[in-house]
Amino acid sequence: MNAPQTPHTLHFMPSAGFRARAKDVVDNPFLRQSFRGAMDFLMSKRAAQFPDAEELESLRTLGESIRQYNLARLPDLLERLEARLTANGIQVHWAETPDEANEIILGICRRHEAKLMVKGKSMVSEEIELNHAAEAAGIGALESDMGEYIVQLADEKPSHIIMPAIHKTKEQIAKLFAENVPGVDYTDNVDALIQIGRRVLREKFQEADIGLSGVNFAVAETGTLCLVENEGNGRMCTTAPPVHIAITGIEKIVEKLEHVPPLLSLLTRSATGQNISTYFNMISSPRKPGEKDGPSEVHLVLLDNGRSQAYADEQLRKTLQCIRCGACMNHCPVYTRIGGHAYGTTYPGPIGKIISPHMLGLEATKGLVTASSLCGACGEVCPVKIPIPELLIRLREEAFSAPPRANPAMRGQGAGYSGLISAVWRGWAAVYRSPSLYRVATWMGSRLRGLVPSRQGAWTSVRVPLKPAPKRLRDMLKERG
Amino acid sequence: MKPAQSPPARPSDVYFFATCVVDQFFPGAGMDAITLLESQGIRVHFPEEQTCCGQPAYTSGFPDEARKVAAHQLTLFPNEWPVVVPSGSCAGMMKHHYPTLFAADPIRKAQAEKLSARIYEFTDFLVNVLGWHPEDHGDACTVVLHTSCSARREMGVHLTGRKLLGDLHKVTVAQQDHESECCGFGGTFSVKQPEISGAMVEDKVKALKATGAERVVSADCGCLMNILGHAAWKDRQEGRAKPSLPGEHIASFLLRRTSK
Repeated sequence: MNAPQTPHTLHFMPSAGFRARAKDVVDNPFLRQSFRGAMDFLMSKRAAQFPDAEELESLRTLGESIRQYNLARLPDLLERLEARLTANGIQVHWAETPDEANEIILGICRRHEAKLMVKGKSMVSEEIELNHAAEAAGIGALESDMGEYIVQLADEKPSHIIMPAIHKTKEQIAKLFAENVPGVDYTDNVDALIQIGRRVLREKFQEADIGLSGVNFAVAETGTLCLVENEGNGRMCTTAPPVHIAITGIEKIVEKLEHVPPLLSLLTRSATGQNISTYFNMISSPRKPGEKDGPSEVHLVLLDNGRSQAYADEQLRKTLQCIRCGACMNHCPVYTRIGGHAYGTTYPGPIGKIISPHMLGLEATKGLVTASSLCGACGEVCPVKIPIPELLIRLREEAFSAPPRANPAMRGQGAGYSGLISAVWRGWAAVYRSPSLYRVATWMGSRLRGLVPSRQGAWTSVRVPLKPAPKRLRDMLKERG
Repeated sequence: MKPAQSPPARPSDVYFFATCVVDQFFPGAGMDAITLLESQGIRVHFPEEQTCCGQPAYTSGFPDEARKVAAHQLTLFPNEWPVVVPSGSCAGMMKHHYPTLFAADPIRKAQAEKLSARIYEFTDFLVNVLGWHPEDHGDACTVVLHTSCSARREMGVHLTGRKLLGDLHKVTVAQQDHESECCGFGGTFSVKQPEISGAMVEDKVKALKATGAERVVSADCGCLMNILGHAAWKDRQEGRAKPSLPGEHIASFLLRRTSK
């Protein structure tokens, strides 16, 4: 067994190079077309699930209140969950940081002298970059969700939280398989590709020492971990290997089992336009004496990673209502233009823009919070009514409006502060709060319109210059009398 | 989407809050909106002291500056008349964000709440307060309607413009691809993220042009500034002298169609 490695350091720095990455995609007609097509497909699938606007609205309200009910009791529910899980024989671990989470997971692996971990789809494991940490510790980590498997073969990150390989064409996947899977000839037949993947993975499920999964809902009253999936690989990961490790964020908790069905329905319908997912797993204990299968050990790792920072603020807490359906990405005109990788974060799209600042700090994410026209499409489709545009405005305020303060609500508060920009806004306010200054300024504008520069920064990169009209409305009204 | 408020009795007087964009860049749209309201027998009052709703600072993350500017507007509409705004976006700011903006200031919060109840987007006012059915006196033509995101998702008034155009029986309203999608303006977004904003407006203009409509009409001058600005830029790039996508505020179009 390898000795413990130096803690793995996260290398997300999304603000650096964000505009360049976005431009690369925007300038690529093939990618533009392919994201557009994929998002159109997902939007129409969702729309078909919610033909009745009133039913949708009442379901969303229910989803919102269930999530808010549970968040309001979060500290208590976490204690109850831990007690219940422990009584059920599931071992509970707490991790404040990604490094701590990795250390816990790798510690379990080392105790079992594990060589191979098979993974069901887990965005939290992406958030802590578990695969890299495992690799550094000499433990193989193999993704078993088809999309994640493809992304792993390509040495990439997921570009969407539900459909990790949505940026890839079947031809690209065919090439990837032919080049990386031993004994496979090129085929772009989708069924054949899936069969190849299944064959490879089937052997690995037998071989693996550890199965890792995420959690969609953790039920406090029963001590149950619920897992939503479509491929059956999640069930394999949680049942075939002798040890199952689940990892989730501390916010994924509900008090009661009865809270699950409405959220599950909202999740699958919003995410993939499915009435219900193909698999729904409920895990409440390891293998009991006399039982023939199931892991002999089950662990749950509860990760904070900035969530308690969001939790501490009444407004920002709403970020934690998220059930990770991805509908906000599918409906986002920005995500549709730039895809998931450009964001440079684990969670892309609108939800990524509001949750990543808590995980990575505003210094690293200040560029992302400006990447929204505030069109509101995300908030409109969110199944739990997270007011994403409102939260983006708040994050802009945290990032830009004031120099760093002593006790900020957020890590990196004031990271985007610029004395010059703030002075411009102060000047703007001085003019627009004063009718006389406004009159003078706009009168000058209308008189000096001939002097308007033909280049007006970024505005004129794709637009003609803005030019005040020769007469203002107030002048026209005066003339009319 | 929030439902439009229930229609009050037909008022004799209204205030007109032009918005800074209309005052400075689209004054003709403001004049036409006022003329239309007056043609319905309404006295229109234009408080001279008005400037801007404060939205640019608010959405950029400068709430203190937005508050200063917004606080000034709060004092301009003393009578209990409706305040008609020819922009879904600025109307949305005054109706839905003013009360939040002044949440910590009891006096201004009360003023903001009283004002926000009287804020009407222009087409919403024509349809739901005046019950106006425009009579068409123009020649047959095809137009395409762009509804702003604020009109659609904040004010819930994206259908009123369509209803007004629907009453014009010689006007065909074309249906564009991805109608509900943002044009990419978003205030300072257009200059902070010019690549993404540029891609969005490019797609929007393509979709509008693909309908073959003679012109685009919209109830929001912010969107028009962006859409027409890009269409004209494209015309310049490709050496067209005649605008390939002319456009105007819905007030101007309605006034022209209904004038004998």
